[in-house]
Amino acid sequence: MLKYTLIPLLPLIAFVINILFGRNYIKDKAHWIAVPAVLGSFVLSVSVFMDVYAGNVINLNLYTWIVSGNFNVPIGFLIDQLTATMLIVVTSISSLIFIYSIGYMHGDKGYHRFFAYLSLFVFSMLILVMANNFLLLYFGWEAVGLCSYFLIGFWFEKKSAADAGKKAFIVNRFGDFGFGLGVILVFLTFGSLEYVEVFANTGSVLGQTMNILGYEVDTITVICLLLFCGAVGKSAQVPLHVWLPDAMEGPTPVSALIHAATMVTAGVFMVARCSPLFNLSPDAMTVVAVVGGITAIFAASIGLVQNDIKRIIAYSTVSQLGYMFLALGMGAYTTAIFHLYTHAYFKALLFLGSGSVIHALHNEMNIQKMGGLKKYMPVTYWTFLIASLSISGIPGLAGFFSKDEILWRAYTGGDLGKFLWVLAIVSAFMTAFYSFRLIYLTFHGKFRGTHEQEHHLHESPPVMTIPLIFLALGAVGAGWVGIPPLLMDHGDKIGEFLAPVLGHPKGEGTHSEELFVMGLSVLIGLAGIFTAFIMYLKKTDLPYKVGSAFQPVYKLLYNKYWVDELYYKTIVKPALIASDKIFLGFFDGRLIEGVVNGIPNLIGSLGQRLRKIQTGVLSHYGIIMALGALVIIGVMIFIK
Amino acid sequence: MILSDFNLLSIRVLVPEIILICSALIILLLNLVVKRKETLAFTGLVGTLVSAYSSFKLYALSLSGSEFMGMFAFDGYSIFFKFIFYINIVLTIFISIRYISIEMASFGEYYALLLFATSGMMIMASATDLMVIYLGLELMALSTYILTGILRKQVRSGEAAIKYFLLGAFSSAFLLYGISLTYGLTGTTNLKEIAVAMETLNLLGSPVFLLGLIFFIVAFGFKIALVPFHMWAPDAYEGAPTSITAFMSVGPKAAGFAVLGRVFFEAFGSMHVQWSSILIPLSVLTMLVGSVTAIAQTNIKRMLAYSSIAHAGYALLGIITGTSEGLSSMMNYMLIYAFMNIGAFAVVIMLRSEGFMGEELSDYEGLAKTRPVASSLMLIFMFSLTGIPPTAGFIAKFYIFMSAINAGYTYLVIIAVIFSAVSAFFYLRVVMYMYMKEPKAEVVLSTSTAMNIALTVTVVSTLVIGVFPSALIELARMSLSGF
Repeated sequence: MLKYTLIPLLPLIAFVINILFGRNYIKDKAHWIAVPAVLGSFVLSVSVFMDVYAGNVINLNLYTWIVSGNFNVPIGFLIDQLTATMLIVVTSISSLIFIYSIGYMHGDKGYHRFFAYLSLFVFSMLILVMANNFLLLYFGWEAVGLCSYFLIGFWFEKKSAADAGKKAFIVNRFGDFGFGLGVILVFLTFGSLEYVEVFANTGSVLGQTMNILGYEVDTITVICLLLFCGAVGKSAQVPLHVWLPDAMEGPTPVSALIHAATMVTAGVFMVARCSPLFNLSPDAMTVVAVVGGITAIFAASIGLVQNDIKRIIAYSTVSQLGYMFLALGMGAYTTAIFHLYTHAYFKALLFLGSGSVIHALHNEMNIQKMGGLKKYMPVTYWTFLIASLSISGIPGLAGFFSKDEILWRAYTGGDLGKFLWVLAIVSAFMTAFYSFRLIYLTFHGKFRGTHEQEHHLHESPPVMTIPLIFLALGAVGAGWVGIPPLLMDHGDKIGEFLAPVLGHPKGEGTHSEELFVMGLSVLIGLAGIFTAFIMYLKKTDLPYKVGSAFQPVYKLLYNKYWVDELYYKTIVKPALIASDKIFLGFFDGRLIEGVVNGIPNLIGSLGQRLRKIQTGVLSHYGIIMALGALVIIGVMIFIK
Repeated sequence: MILSDFNLLSIRVLVPEIILICSALIILLLNLVVKRKETLAFTGLVGTLVSAYSSFKLYALSLSGSEFMGMFAFDGYSIFFKFIFYINIVLTIFISIRYISIEMASFGEYYALLLFATSGMMIMASATDLMVIYLGLELMALSTYILTGILRKQVRSGEAAIKYFLLGAFSSAFLLYGISLTYGLTGTTNLKEIAVAMETLNLLGSPVFLLGLIFFIVAFGFKIALVPFHMWAPDAYEGAPTSITAFMSVGPKAAGFAVLGRVFFEAFGSMHVQWSSILIPLSVLTMLVGSVTAIAQTNIKRMLAYSSIAHAGYALLGIITGTSEGLSSMMNYMLIYAFMNIGAFAVVIMLRSEGFMGEELSDYEGLAKTRPVASSLMLIFMFSLTGIPPTAGFIAKFYIFMSAINAGYTYLVIIAVIFSAVSAFFYLRVVMYMYMKEPKAEVVLSTSTAMNIALTVTVVSTLVIGVFPSALIELARMSLSGF
């Protein structure tokens, strides 16, 4: 029991120590607290994983927080195959990112604060994955959001960073609102918040409907869609994807943590966790799959033309998350978690690698001003290359196995599946293309920056490159636990491991079909790489020609489909106008004053008035007491 | 008195009080010979702990009922409150040692009076006879009057003491008048016998009897600072030494609630309709005046004084319900309030150093930058006083609101929640000052080992009760079993 409790507790302790004593005592030694804590969590997670692998699934109610009639709030952990897998992903990636941060954040004046928030972030995520009930899940969910706000806006003196922090927080509020309603509806429907009880009683709720605005709708579908709202926000799916690319305003290790181990994976995990509910609602599943498929191609296409190194990787995350939701929607929960797990390694690697590049170039992020970095930073280059090959789906690497499985599950998923498979194949081509566009522009060719920058080019210190090497090992080998049975008997170890919780994916196909899907995805990946090779290394004037030939398309993509502008025009601006023009103009400022300032002012002035009763004169006090007594006597005895 | 009824063994239920009073007398004697005032504090501490131990032993005997011809009870209810008083005095002693030397008020009498006041509270908690209640109440009150005015060199301290004393005497008159009316009608001062007499003499509709009840509300309302009998509180709280403010915002209030609970549940149980219809408007008024006036304060001691008034309004909901669930929630509330409120005052006391009052809200500007530990402690206490989970303050409010809802007072809970939201404004303003503003100057903290112990105990209790509340809830529920 202690073992399970310690996993989230260690980072929490690190947070408390660093936030309390960081400024005055620990200062630049903050990592001596945070790193051992997260490594400790990792070691314990491995041990827990071993237990679960040996068949020890545990639903542990630590205690009941609140008991009041039929409203019980238990605090407890559910340690099953899904949680164990997530624990390994979260703690291993976090450990490497923590170590990397020692080098990356060196000399920052908020060094202790950074490690404190980072630890709190990991704590929240661990609570989220370990919870055995919806309320604790909700707690972790909100805590993750709050930490991301602190960390994205870590350099809050910079306006863009503070804005990005706010944007992440506000956009997530939209999704979280739905999620909160979903949790409440779960309690109202099932009378419990514990996973075990809720999932055991799904049968009795099946077919039950509720009335919304005059329509009879399936209760489970409503629950699933509300919960999925939260996932759309947290995992940056269309249309709430806008916060994630801006989130790269935070320090790079934070981006890596958000994109790989914590936060965005929460949505995927939650849907997988609630698979017993989602399984009962084909409508909700279709929504999940379609949102995923659209997000995958939508984000990948934007990634094609961006010039900011972190922004490209950010859009690739959004796109890859789309793949995961596509798999979830197809009922292939194990496949989604498998991709979550492989993606964590190569995505963390891409971010930390880009951080290494940015570090060397003193905060230059425009890839058009880079080039030829290969010879200056060999470790960064080679590890980055491995990650890019992995995400492009080159056989043998981690990304190949998980992505191929998603494509296969889509292909066998009926008509809708076939359609989404086409989207996914196109996205796969784009993914390979933009990944290698990034490689060629950054590491190959001639350096296009200033002489000053070139003079200072250097490989990052070992404390940064060693985590890269470890992650590269993951980006290569992480997929070997999920080799399709077609290539190796009993190769799909992770699928079998997760099956007791998540079930087996549906959909059948012949071997030849499977070979065709696999072969096509490899070809598409290679084609993407080759196109990038031609355009950015051989015929370097081609990108410009293509860009001007398809000017409108280029503009559309470069401006990210104008979604931010759309939201600005349809939501932000009207809200501002409404508050500015209509209220201020029409009501001459009285109404808005009344609402925003009036209530506090009213209370404030009431307070000032009440305060005046307190004259300090003793006889007044005595008279008030006597009057009080008289009024009570009058009301109770004479009036009645 | 019928002497044959007097059993020597019945003395044993008074042992905790006797120990406390003896320790107070020893302190007074030691004060003549001992130079170091810390020795006196230590003596007081030992006396309290021995007394607490004897209370615990008595509790373990699992006696129940009352001795001295039904005048003095030793049930779970009284023991629970006695432990609140022990916690109150121990924490007060810890936060006092350094502070009263800064205020140049290290008199031996200080600790003796703390012990006298506490034994008065303990007698109140056990009293099942109106005369014994009066004795305990006066013992407590007279000691706290003197403690309020113990800073002889400060005008505001003396002024506060005089106001407190005169108004207190006024409220005592109400109490005595109420007792005499009740005695006149029933021929007894014993709570249980009053309840019996009410039935047999059919006094339910008697206006004189009701008048007596109203006078009790005035007198006990004065002790727990119910509006409009609260007027003394802000002045007395601000003028008193801060350690005494902490002491009397918890102890006398809890004692007042103990008496209120016992008198109204035991003697006037059948008049629940009447007294609850008086207490409901008073509780709303108390919440209103407490939380709204606190907003207008810039002095943190005064702000906490009004906050303490507001909290009495919330806790009163537990009495209003008239159910044992409500009563046990009120007991929890008092215990939790002791920890979080003394904790907050402890931080205020830490800011007081030679030549620096540290009582103004502006003194907290940017404290998080210069004193991160002290600020995070204050943050936790402010969160807890607001009632934000997972602090103990949330648990206190949650259970009291739940008990009120279960008893059918949902509208009262809605009002309470609204005032709770209003109160967030002034509690979180302190947090805002600490975390969002730039520091003006380096603040010197007056720390000591004793102070650190007090802060650790209060913050750990605030968090532990917040995270693991069920043991405490169960304890309060069980304490009521013999009630």
